[in-house]
This record gives sequence, C-alpha cells and structure tokens, in this order.
Amino acid sequence: MKYTIQINEGPYTHQASDSAYLFTKAALESGHEIFRVFFYHDGVNNATRLTTPPQDDRNIVTRWSALAEKHDLDMVVCVAAAQRRGIADADESRRNGKDADNLAPGFRISGLGQLIEGGIQSDRLIVFGD
Amino acid sequence: MSTKRFLYVNRKAPYGTVYALESLEVVLIGAAFEQDVRLLFMDDGVFQIAKNQKTDGIETKNFSPTYSALGDYDITKIYVDKQSLEERGLTVDDLIPLTYEDEDDDWAEKDSIILIDRNDVKTLMEESEVLLSF
Repeated sequence: MKYTIQINEGPYTHQASDSAYLFTKAALESGHEIFRVFFYHDGVNNATRLTTPPQDDRNIVTRWSALAEKHDLDMVVCVAAAQRRGIADADESRRNGKDADNLAPGFRISGLGQLIEGGIQSDRLIVFGD
Repeated sequence: MSTKRFLYVNRKAPYGTVYALESLEVVLIGAAFEQDVRLLFMDDGVFQIAKNQKTDGIETKNFSPTYSALGDYDITKIYVDKQSLEERGLTVDDLIPLTYEDEDDDWAEKDSIILIDRNDVKTLMEESEVLLSF
C-alpha cells in the first residue's frame, strides 16, 4: 500500500514523531511504499539539525535523516509552519535575511500543496498528532 | 490528477493553539487542487466560526473573516455538529453566515452551513477518502 505520513507535533514533548517513525520504518520493512512524510505545525521542529538530546536518549532528528537516506524517503517540511518556528535551509535563510540555517539532512522545505498531493496520490494518509 | 473526497475535521478552539489557523491554511491551499472538499466543525472547533471574534486582548490576529471567503474558493459544504453547538450554549445564529454563489442556479447566494447530528458525523467520515483532523 502507498502511504503519506503527516506529523503534527514536535519531538520529545509528544510521542507523535516517535510513533510516525516506527510506523514508517515498519511499513517500509513490510514492503509498503511511503509516498511522502510531511511535517506540519510543531512537527517542523523534527527537522532541525541543532537538536542535541542526552547521549542515552534517542536522537529523533538524526533517526529520521538516516531512515530517509536508507529508503530514499521524501521528507517535506511546510514552509509557512517552518518560517513561524525558525526552521530554515540555506536558501530560506538568505531569502529572509537570517544569519543561520538549521535544516537537517534528508529534509526539504516546500508548500502545503505537497500534503494535499500526498492525500491524492496515496492509498492512505496517516496523521500523527492530537 | 484524480478527485478525492477530502474532509477537514476542526475540533479545537480558534485561539490558544495554532491548529485552527494552520488548518485553514491547508484548506485554502488545498482548494487549488479542485478536490471534493468538506469541512466539519465539532467540539470546541465550532468556536472557530463564531461571530464577532475580538482578539485585541490577546495580541493575536483575528483570522475569522477568512472563513467568509471559503465560498469564493468553491468550498460550499461546511458541516457543524449540532450537539457541539448545544453543549456550548450556541445556535446557528451565533455563527458567521457562511454562503456561496451557486453557479448552477444563476449565482444565487446559498448557505454553506449544514447542521448535522453526531450520528451523521460517523457517516460523513466514512464517506470521505482523505480525512485531515486538526
């Protein structure tokens, strides 16, 4: 089956990103296709490479990056939600006159149309969050 | 691109969290994809389309006028859970009058709001192919 995954909550505060990660990993390992993973609301905070959890804890961000690299996942961060919350790649940072960027490897910034397209193109859209 | 039945379920108050505002942003962007779109307001979500919202006191943008533009985006089916209104002491008269112009009926102005029973919410969800809950 072809899935699009939507993540609406940030890392560590909420289990949504953990559950989405475990679901995505299990789906891929079972031979399903992940059309896209879309990060929205505070979910965009899963995409900052500045995240530094204690060493005995999971690193939610690098875990996503590694999964994306292994399976060639399309991980999209909503641009409007990202701008509000200070998540930027080099291009976004320059365009908005900021002095830094923080998007982790494997993520890309794009618009909400990518979420709608995911809903249309996939057999199931699964939303993780409240 | 194929057409699917989208249902946006709005369950949270308009302020206090960002979900209502960012849900509306998805609805507006999604309108460009010409899908079969329905909105459902239930639980505290019914407050999102309450009349006369004033947000000066919380220094937050009042985005409720945007709901009035939904008809222009061809979003014409806006379901409101009747029981959620009653639980909060509201009636349909407390809601922003949401309308659209029906191109199949000489552009007559028609109500977009459809009051439904909670039992029908289940049916509405079952009939939808893509369900986005905010």
